[in-house]
Amino acid sequence: MAKTKITRNGAVEKKLIGLADLVITAAQKAKDPTMAIPIRALSNVTFNERKGLLEMGSKKQSRSFFNVGMAKKFMQTILVADALSELQRAELTTSLREIYYRTKHTIQDSHENTFDTQDESDPIIEDLEVSLTALREELHVRAENGGSVVGPLVLGDDGDRVDCAKLGKGGYSVPSIVEPEYVEIRRCTADFVLLVEKGTQWNRLSEDKFWRRYNCVLLTGNGQPPRGVRRLARRLHEEYKLPVYVLVDNDPWGYYIYSVVKQGSINLAFESQRMAIPKAKFIGLSSADPERYELPRNVGIKLNEKDIARAKELLNYQWFQKPAWQAEIKRMLASGLKYELDALANKDFQYLTKKYLPRKLKEKDWLD
Amino acid sequence: MAKHKPAVAASKKADSRAAPAVTAVEMGARQRDISISEFFTKNRHLLGFDNPRKALLTCVKEAVDNALDACEEAGILPDVTVQLEVVAVGSSALPPASQATRFRITVTDNGPGIVRQQIPKIFAKLLYGSKFHRLRMSRGQQGIGISAAGMYGQLTTGKPVKIISRTGPKTPAHYFEVQIDTKKNEPLIHENKQIKWDQSCGTQVAIEVEGRYQKGRASVDEYLDQTSIANPHVRLIYRTPEGETKEYPRAYHELPPSPKEIKPHPYGIEFGMLLKMLQETKGETLSSFLSSDFCRVPPALADEICKTAKVSPRARPRDIRGAIAETLYHTIQATKIMAPPTNCLSPIGEKAILSGLYRQIKGEFYTAVSRPPSVYRGNPFIIEAGLAFGKAPDSTAKPEKPAQPLAEGEQEEGDSELARVIRYANRVPLLYQQSACASFKAVLATTWRNYGISQSRGALPAGPMVIFVHIASVWVPFTSESKEAIAEYDEIHKDITLALRECGRRLGLFLRRRERAAGEFRRRNIFELYIEEVVEACNRLKGGKLPTERLKAQLQKIASSRTGGSKTDKTLGKTGAGPEGLPHSIIVTAEGVDGAASLLPDGSPSGQPLADVSDEIQVKEKRPTSKPGRKQTTKAMTGKKGLGKAVPVPSLPKKGASSQRHTGAVHTGRKAHPTGKKK
Repeated sequence: MAKTKITRNGAVEKKLIGLADLVITAAQKAKDPTMAIPIRALSNVTFNERKGLLEMGSKKQSRSFFNVGMAKKFMQTILVADALSELQRAELTTSLREIYYRTKHTIQDSHENTFDTQDESDPIIEDLEVSLTALREELHVRAENGGSVVGPLVLGDDGDRVDCAKLGKGGYSVPSIVEPEYVEIRRCTADFVLLVEKGTQWNRLSEDKFWRRYNCVLLTGNGQPPRGVRRLARRLHEEYKLPVYVLVDNDPWGYYIYSVVKQGSINLAFESQRMAIPKAKFIGLSSADPERYELPRNVGIKLNEKDIARAKELLNYQWFQKPAWQAEIKRMLASGLKYELDALANKDFQYLTKKYLPRKLKEKDWLD
Repeated sequence: MAKHKPAVAASKKADSRAAPAVTAVEMGARQRDISISEFFTKNRHLLGFDNPRKALLTCVKEAVDNALDACEEAGILPDVTVQLEVVAVGSSALPPASQATRFRITVTDNGPGIVRQQIPKIFAKLLYGSKFHRLRMSRGQQGIGISAAGMYGQLTTGKPVKIISRTGPKTPAHYFEVQIDTKKNEPLIHENKQIKWDQSCGTQVAIEVEGRYQKGRASVDEYLDQTSIANPHVRLIYRTPEGETKEYPRAYHELPPSPKEIKPHPYGIEFGMLLKMLQETKGETLSSFLSSDFCRVPPALADEICKTAKVSPRARPRDIRGAIAETLYHTIQATKIMAPPTNCLSPIGEKAILSGLYRQIKGEFYTAVSRPPSVYRGNPFIIEAGLAFGKAPDSTAKPEKPAQPLAEGEQEEGDSELARVIRYANRVPLLYQQSACASFKAVLATTWRNYGISQSRGALPAGPMVIFVHIASVWVPFTSESKEAIAEYDEIHKDITLALRECGRRLGLFLRRRERAAGEFRRRNIFELYIEEVVEACNRLKGGKLPTERLKAQLQKIASSRTGGSKTDKTLGKTGAGPEGLPHSIIVTAEGVDGAASLLPDGSPSGQPLADVSDEIQVKEKRPTSKPGRKQTTKAMTGKKGLGKAVPVPSLPKKGASSQRHTGAVHTGRKAHPTGKKK
């Protein structure tokens, strides 16, 4: 395993050094050094219906040095590449924020900083991921540990055995890099994976030992799930053939979280191949649920302008064109209300664990 | 004042009430003349003697105004000395200036002097003077000032005003001590003798008053400072009560043109005034009265007025009264009459304002505007505005801070100070009641944001800026006798606004140009800055085995070919052309001064090559930079061409050391004082 790591590192490092070569060759030919970076936007994303995931198109933008608008970004890109190759050589992983600090300095004889905020360095790392077709993990950059897992699952992390059934109600904090070289899935006896949007509801389920009764892996990403959580769900889905159910709030943002888990995100469409779970199911909260589960109208929240606009955007996305989904979203718009998962507590504190999910699972009441 | 009460009958009824009723007769017995001096004794705040600090200023101001008026009228370049001394009260020791309550003000001028008989009346009789009855621009207007100051002194210290005056080398100097008889408004002469005086002519007046000396806003110091800005032709010596001597040398060696006296313009008089003039005229006929007692009324027009008013032009003016007079008055107001002549005005002039501002205020950009004459209520006036913007390069350059890295969320600190408005009326600084003044209101009403200056709603524009506003008129409409604020006539407001806008436009042009130059410069410079970074990073990526110098050179070559090389130098304006499109302006940069030259004070920064007729000049003043080598070269090239070479030429750094970055004098100069407000 260690061996593979080194060879992969070598490849990535070569790609990074390639950027330096690009500058050197251009300089020799007295040309403007220019790199091509795939565009990360809706315009360059296509939905592959057959595979059921988002794919990045081939549109690229060029970033050249001797262009007033781009010079700084170009310089920053080279700096970040330098920092990343330093990580490769030292075999260290780091966070986005540390990269920012590592590359930040004041340019000599000026008042100008190479980077003023992290907002400038983060997209550059993504640019490099895309243009070098290297995964973030391969670049040794990790995101924050943004999620938790409990359930009948045994993992191997840095040689430690982690039994996710014996970690109390807190569970195991999912690292941002869960590639097999870093996290090994030693055993999993669950029947399905339940990915919950909100940490509070995950806590509820974990505290009620829902996973034990229904033999599932409980995952949460605290909002939009980070890569580690998505990748772990995908691995469980792929390697153990577990179905994945997504439980989110009933609002446009919940729908989008589901769609990211299922098809991949627009910004990181190039990662879909590895992350997306095209067979993931939307278990709730559906806009049909308030009626079906007799939630009083007064626990709903009025949709604001942003919600409405976002919902209308979703209606146009290619991957929301299934009639059931169009109906789902239109029903929400028609009611003018959104519901949080937490609203289920209106009926009973354990309504989610004891009534809602059991009934959903029994009735196979989900959207694809 | 109620002069009589109507009903005696009513007072009978009132008898029943307990109040001591007074009959009309008794009341009549109490009604009598009020002497003007008594009136002002009680109402001294009307004349600017509200508090001891202001009183001290008012006394200095009145004496200096009189001195300057006298000198200018006699065609003498004024030399004025102002001396403030602390006077001990009783037998106690001399207190320090800041604690003292009593001062002796001595103002000496080199004017024409005053003839012996007039001295007492001028200094000890209110409303006596030469300026009230004529329409001619002067600082004093009513003939109250100096005698009021004397009266204030007399009231607070009991000391007489002491005057020395001499009209020429052949006549003796006269020494007077006078006081005012407040009841009769007549001078009381305490002392009158001939003395020896070392000055061949001139006047010295010494008044002892109760006062307070405090520096800062609206102080004597500020008044004299501002006086010297608007009167660069005056040499002023000021001996402070603390024993210092400040000298304001003459910056402009020409007397302002002597203003002519004019007759009243028909539009400017009121009905009562017309009646009075009709009675007092020397004209035999109405027609000749109109044409000789007013300006801009030729005999033909006078006849026409009479015809329209249906009065015989041959009528005796004294017979015109009542309804006929009223018709006449309205006819005059309705007739189209040429605007009054404006040679009665003596504006300061753009050059003189510039030189005054340049000498007194440290800045980067100066400009001045004189409006063409205009008229309010028949009184001609001229508005002049000026502007000094920025901080002097030398003051900001001192702490050439080593580029301190900025932390996240930090920004280069801008200036949050607000502009300062200095106001003048007939060359006299106005220090009080700023917000009641037409000029201040006009500054507020101007949209400075259009010119790249930030301004909050209803506030002064923000920035290191001094705004100068001057109104010159034969009759300045003050809001009160103490002459502190100008009344807001529409015509005046409009003209001030126009003048300020012109100043603003020029400032905006300057700021934009500076911004653009900086932008061009930046364009070229970012490549230079970033090349270093890129090359270093590439070198590290390649494991430190890169021939960095070669790569740097290659990239720099591409950079300069992409930014247009020497062509850019030209667009950067480094070829030394004057402040094009900015008439009557001075620009001070780290490299020197650019603008109207002849006005720069003597002994100003090194050799000033006079540019061209359009009174634009350029002075190079080399600010010390951190690079000794560069300093010498640029100093040698103080001429116009020098600037072109001061631009950092991308040069091949010598081996290794990245510290050999060339940013160049120009660049550091700009960075060092980023006072320009960004839009």
